[in-house]
Amino acid sequence: MNTHQKTYHPYASPFDPCKPLTEKTYSTPPHLYMGFQPPNLPQFTPAEALRAGTLWKDFYDPYFNSFERAKGGPQT
Amino acid sequence: MWIYEKKLQYPVRVSTCNPTLAKYLIEQYGGADGELAAALRYLNQRYTIPDKVIGLLTDIGTEEFAHLEMIATMVYKLTKDATPEQMKAAGLGDHYANHDGALFYQNAAGVPWTASYIAAKGDPIADLYEDIAAEEKARATYQWLINLSDDPDINDSLRFLREREIIHAQRFREAVEILKEERDRQTIF
Repeated sequence: MNTHQKTYHPYASPFDPCKPLTEKTYSTPPHLYMGFQPPNLPQFTPAEALRAGTLWKDFYDPYFNSFERAKGGPQT
Repeated sequence: MWIYEKKLQYPVRVSTCNPTLAKYLIEQYGGADGELAAALRYLNQRYTIPDKVIGLLTDIGTEEFAHLEMIATMVYKLTKDATPEQMKAAGLGDHYANHDGALFYQNAAGVPWTASYIAAKGDPIADLYEDIAAEEKARATYQWLINLSDDPDINDSLRFLREREIIHAQRFREAVEILKEERDRQTIF
């Protein structure tokens, strides 16, 4: 299973004016790893799909900001 | 020809009066990677792309207009009852001076939309690669907008729109594979 978020650690100088962000993250949604969509992937129900924005569970990658994640939202 | 359904693709609800958010959301309305640029890019490139993928560009270009409607609805709801003072406080004083409460095709910094945001090279691979890049940039823009927004209902709609960008990027990547025509060829070593 691929993670939908990657991290890296930029260099922080002792003379940086602002408090350094030691870890930075970026999105790597599932379609980057899919290639041509294979047949017979699992599907959402029609009602779920209308909310999710996709019929295909393997392409679903909801994005939440840090405030939403802090309040217990999904962590992806 | 199009058939218009008088409803949004996904519900747009706004939970807090926050005109500042409208100022940021306008990036997806008239920005370089916004929905207007996307719709016009695909519906123009479709004429000179191989027939196998014309339908894909028409479908996605059409859906981008549905997204444009959703963004317009968000911006309108966030600003429709704002007083000039509230617009000024939200950083929308210069917008108000020119447009009152009207929407306009411009980015979050007030730069008007221009056709140089879109390209049509006529080379199918070059055009589809541009389309993939445009979808990934729009996806990133939705991430930054979700980061800027503390409105749970707006974020719900923005998450839907971001997911659609992922699907569009996937379909454009598949279109490239179709045009490469070696998808089903057996690899022999």
